[in-house]
Amino acid sequence: MVTIKIDNHEVQVPEDTPILKAAEKAGVWIPTLCYSDLVEPYGVCRLCIVEVVRGKRSRVVTSCNYPVREGISVLTNSPKIQWLRKSIMELMLSRWPNVKVVKDLAKQLGVEKPSFISLERDEAEDACVLCGKCVQVCKDLVKAEALGFAHRGIKREVVLPFGVNSERCVVCGACVKECPTGHVKMVIEDYRGKKPEFTLGPKTAIYVPSLQAVPRVPVIDTESCIHFETGGCETCAKVCEPNAINYDMKDEVQEIEVGQILVATGYDVFDATHMAQYGYGRLDNVYSSLEFEMLLNSTGPTGGKVQMKNGKEPRSVGIIHCIGSRDANHHPYCSRVCCMYALKFAHLVHDRTKAAIYQFYIDMRAFGKGYEEFYSRLLDEGITMIRGKAAEVAEGYWTDNNERTLLIRCEDTLIGKFREIPVDMLVLCNAIEARHDSDQVRKLFSISKSPDGFFLERHPKLDPTSTTTDGVYIAGCAQGPKDIPDTVAQAGSAAARILSLISKGEVEIDPVRAMVQEEFCSGCRICNNLCPYGAIEYLEEKKISHVNEALCKGCGTCVAACPSSAMTGYGFTDAQILAELDGILI
Amino acid sequence: MAFEPKIVGFLCNWCSYTGADLAGVSRIKSAPNMRIIRTMCSGRVDPAFILKAFQLGADGVVVMGCHLGDCHYQEGNYKTIRRIPFLKKLIEQFGIDPRRLRLEWVSASEGDRFAEVVNEFTQEMRTLGPLKLPVHELMGKNGERAKHAVHE
Repeated sequence: MVTIKIDNHEVQVPEDTPILKAAEKAGVWIPTLCYSDLVEPYGVCRLCIVEVVRGKRSRVVTSCNYPVREGISVLTNSPKIQWLRKSIMELMLSRWPNVKVVKDLAKQLGVEKPSFISLERDEAEDACVLCGKCVQVCKDLVKAEALGFAHRGIKREVVLPFGVNSERCVVCGACVKECPTGHVKMVIEDYRGKKPEFTLGPKTAIYVPSLQAVPRVPVIDTESCIHFETGGCETCAKVCEPNAINYDMKDEVQEIEVGQILVATGYDVFDATHMAQYGYGRLDNVYSSLEFEMLLNSTGPTGGKVQMKNGKEPRSVGIIHCIGSRDANHHPYCSRVCCMYALKFAHLVHDRTKAAIYQFYIDMRAFGKGYEEFYSRLLDEGITMIRGKAAEVAEGYWTDNNERTLLIRCEDTLIGKFREIPVDMLVLCNAIEARHDSDQVRKLFSISKSPDGFFLERHPKLDPTSTTTDGVYIAGCAQGPKDIPDTVAQAGSAAARILSLISKGEVEIDPVRAMVQEEFCSGCRICNNLCPYGAIEYLEEKKISHVNEALCKGCGTCVAACPSSAMTGYGFTDAQILAELDGILI
Repeated sequence: MAFEPKIVGFLCNWCSYTGADLAGVSRIKSAPNMRIIRTMCSGRVDPAFILKAFQLGADGVVVMGCHLGDCHYQEGNYKTIRRIPFLKKLIEQFGIDPRRLRLEWVSASEGDRFAEVVNEFTQEMRTLGPLKLPVHELMGKNGERAKHAVHE
């Protein structure tokens, strides 16, 4: 640590700290245009000049890259410095008279108007002030080195090498963010196979998955993180005080032995692009229910503000129910949750905007506790309910201001008329459907699915949480569409089932087993290899096969194969089945 | 009265029997000719049961199990798929049309497929006509099981 004097302030800082940072600590303002915490100081704008006094000698230096030494004293506002700074500022203002940062800084330094005539005068508001932040950040931080300076003196400019799109650019946008004047811009084009996508998802490469995430720690999207592209950046590691950022973490597969499994793999949302008539993915301001939910969320992209893509508040909002559900062409079942969340959407939009709200429904299914009351309340709020599924969505214009809008064509079956309703924003209530990989999951746990693709419970009424495989339970939308209270109830029931077995400490097994009648067994060992569970062992001393009752599941494959009928399958013995045959063929 | 075949169906407990149940619950109509015997797995179906069924007067036998890879007991249906072709060859030598024995995969979610298989198989048995075996005559002569011997 060294102690230095800045103007009249004494300050203690580690050795080699730039004077600019030391002054910041002392609370002394030094103007600068090119300094950035992210990169090595470059000293190009010259605005941060200060007078360093050591003994009898005094020097004018740039404070951003001049390291402190013991015993120096710094004058940041001496008459000499004031005069020099003003001259530099006047030169800058003469060259870039309309750039906001330059104008602001000039005003702060008391420079009213440009006093020189610059040959390179650039009147643009977003002119490049040659601070070099973009070049530095690309070189030092991103380590992509895609930007550079060209030419010298007054001809100096920031360019991409040879003026062409650089292969080294990782499209990170750091230069755009660093540029103080807005001169560096991101041009949206299909570039290096990377098409910029505008999603409602996270905007940075490191983000907290959701506010409710457990544990609530950020994750890094290695696909878009600069560090994983160039090896540079590491800004998050630099700012993280407890040093919690670890770039070497990898996905790993862990094997955990368990006795029981609860399958709660959830659902997929029906892809509304399959119903092209509603314009999802084709027309602007057509949202799926989950997207709209994000839009309404106070932590969402608009902070919960209901607005169209052009930033305006919609005049009217349409909500179409049953997209892909209750539809013979897609899913015949009812997705159960849509009616209620559609009402919630309507309520929130009504709350936050002045928009007229139209609901297009087939039947209103307000089935749960307090749901019908909510529906009645919504009707009182003045939501327009139209019974009839919308036929299609077309594009139209408002007659008063010629702005584009969406036109919902539908039949209102309550008034028996065909209607066309203009809406600025459209929300589609997509069906809940079985997860795309449910077949793989099903095979993994050897459970069945019902015709709609959801996992099949052991009994629809008496045993809705367990499956035909012992120790495997299902809960939530993996079993079928259901709302949160139902899911919680089912999951709680499944957890209780699991706990009861754990607390009991022992497992009851089905009495359907195979059994060797020892006197008939010839010890041929045909059955030994047939058993998928390895439950049949050969007793060397007795020269017969023996069934381990704890392992046997009672499938009876061995019983059918035994050439001497020594194997008996309890519950399904040969005699029982033959008697059944006898009975049914009378 | 037109000939109505008697068909015996051996259904595995986990897929086909549940599928048949689903067909019933869904009120899917199917031919009433099939009489179902539930086994825990299609692998439990002893070839002797099928021969016995033909002997006792069945005109056709269907064995139904889970789709390959879906077996509740991992691989029971693979055992079945090995047994049935052999059995088809055997019954042919006994003078029984091998078409009278069929192996089908019906999962728990395929109620409609169950009905389809039953209907189609029943129709095929109708065209094949009643199964006549020497043993049926004998059984009739001895007075035992005379009821099985002759079909209308």
